[in-house]
Amino acid sequence: MKQFRIFVKKEWLHIWRDKRTLFILIWMPVIQILLYGFALTNEVKNSNMVVFDQAKDEASRSIAEKISSSRYFSLYKNINSWKEIEATFRQGKIRLAVVFPRNFRYDLLHGNHAQIQLIADSSDPNTANMLSNYAAVIINDYQEAINENQKLPYTIKVQVRMRYNPELKGAYNFVPGVMALVLMLVCTMMTAIAIVKEKEIGTMEVILVSPLKPFRIIIAKTIPYLVVSMLNIISILLISVYALDVPIAGSLWLLMAESILFTITSLSVGILISNTAKTQQTAMFTAMMSLFLPTLLFSGFLFPVENMPLPLQLIANVVPSRWYFIIVKDVMIKGLGFAAVWKETLILIGMTTTLLGISIYKFKIRL
Amino acid sequence: METEKVIRVQELTKKFGDFTAVDSISFEVTKGEIFGFLGANGAGKTTAIRMLCGLSLPTSGIASVAGFDVYKQNESIKKNIGYMSQKFSLYEDLTVVENISFYAGIYGLNDNQIREKTGLLLAQLQLEGERKSLVRSLPLGWKQKLAFSIAIVHDPAIVFLDEPTGGVDPITRREFWSMIYAASARGITVFVTTHYMDEAEYCNRVSIMVDGRIEALDSPQNLMSNFEGRSMDDVFLRLARKAQRTS
Repeated sequence: MKQFRIFVKKEWLHIWRDKRTLFILIWMPVIQILLYGFALTNEVKNSNMVVFDQAKDEASRSIAEKISSSRYFSLYKNINSWKEIEATFRQGKIRLAVVFPRNFRYDLLHGNHAQIQLIADSSDPNTANMLSNYAAVIINDYQEAINENQKLPYTIKVQVRMRYNPELKGAYNFVPGVMALVLMLVCTMMTAIAIVKEKEIGTMEVILVSPLKPFRIIIAKTIPYLVVSMLNIISILLISVYALDVPIAGSLWLLMAESILFTITSLSVGILISNTAKTQQTAMFTAMMSLFLPTLLFSGFLFPVENMPLPLQLIANVVPSRWYFIIVKDVMIKGLGFAAVWKETLILIGMTTTLLGISIYKFKIRL
Repeated sequence: METEKVIRVQELTKKFGDFTAVDSISFEVTKGEIFGFLGANGAGKTTAIRMLCGLSLPTSGIASVAGFDVYKQNESIKKNIGYMSQKFSLYEDLTVVENISFYAGIYGLNDNQIREKTGLLLAQLQLEGERKSLVRSLPLGWKQKLAFSIAIVHDPAIVFLDEPTGGVDPITRREFWSMIYAASARGITVFVTTHYMDEAEYCNRVSIMVDGRIEALDSPQNLMSNFEGRSMDDVFLRLARKAQRTS
């Protein structure tokens, strides 16, 4: 056991001496989460729009004002011709144009069917969709307000409640995503590199000749990275709770336990990569290609897995971060307990034991 | 106990598929002997050493190292040997003292022994002033001597040196060899591979491997007279030219 301790201490010294890598390890998650939190948000706020008001009456003005004063829009300018709409769209200045026809108020009050046209820049279809929906909701609100005193014969009132994330904050989605990404990066890439490095500089051979058991060597090399990832999880959670207002709805201990499990999954992938890679560059590249990209694409973090074609869904199923992402969302955001995530947990445990088994078996063969 | 055999090898063979890297070699090494293991690149030296160190299993044959069988007792072998590889094998980002205590530690020395050994070693190498320097900053010759001292820090029965003096200047090589003699005088058996034929002449006995087989095995003097060479260089060239394999 003492030999083991000495080995872990040596591994710490490696990390500690390499200040640049240490800096990246500690700060990368913080920077990533802040970046996603404040800069790369997929929420739509303050989109520029124009109003082409041909009616210029009380009703059109008050609707235009309601739209432009909402937090989703800001009025770029009022314009006076169709041509001008086209021009401002082409300049890329605006995302939405609201057009009121002549006699808007008259039609509304007397003709019973007034029309408003919403023109959106759908070169970005998701945003166009969202913006036109927001505008439509605002217009509906106005309509309800003026109808308040009258009894409509038949009305259906739709009540929407956004559960788990009433304010529709993007942070609720990317905090779990960043956790999966960071753990994957730190654990897989760093352990793979650390092991391959010893092979490259020739110390691995000497250690293997020593009485230290190969299995112990591998475990000792991974422990420091396990600790670093725990620090990373803690820093991510602190930032998300205190800076991004994403609360931990479920049990913190369950969340930590699941994170440790996922960390071990990532570590075993790292060990597996280090078995085949001959140089540190190869190890890094393999880790990138086999984990970082799949985590981005297939974890459900950026693109919902349910909407993917079947073959891609099958691929997504073997990406460990997909299951971790689901677990974190369920526990942290939805506040669910172990009963809700036992299946995902079991899948992760299965993956981990398989990976660890293969990599230790292969490590022994190499001797 | 001068005739105690610390390495016994009989018809040891290692095959990789169809390729026979080591072809039925036999030899014995006596305690305290400096045994030179020569051969061109690809002759099978490294494969042979790896089998003796317990890093790879022989295909057939018998071998025992420090009295332990290479098939069944490689854990015991590992406790009783030191090893220095072709590649430089210290951690450049650790200090001199950290390297010493790491390697001493994984060989199971306790804290007192480690302290004692560290002091002794630093004094021998005159490295007291550099104890807290990173190994990276030492000149190659010093690193090499430090690596050797560390390879025998646990007083092994045998130390295996795989081309230990590659890329080192002649003066340092001299000093290195005096360290080898000192180790041998302490009763540590030295099993060394080298490319330098002048170094081969420093050995008590030398074996020359060609194409996985041992072609000659004797003291340098006897080899030179048997093969009518003026130096080990002549002997080596005469034997190595017979090689069929190209490396």
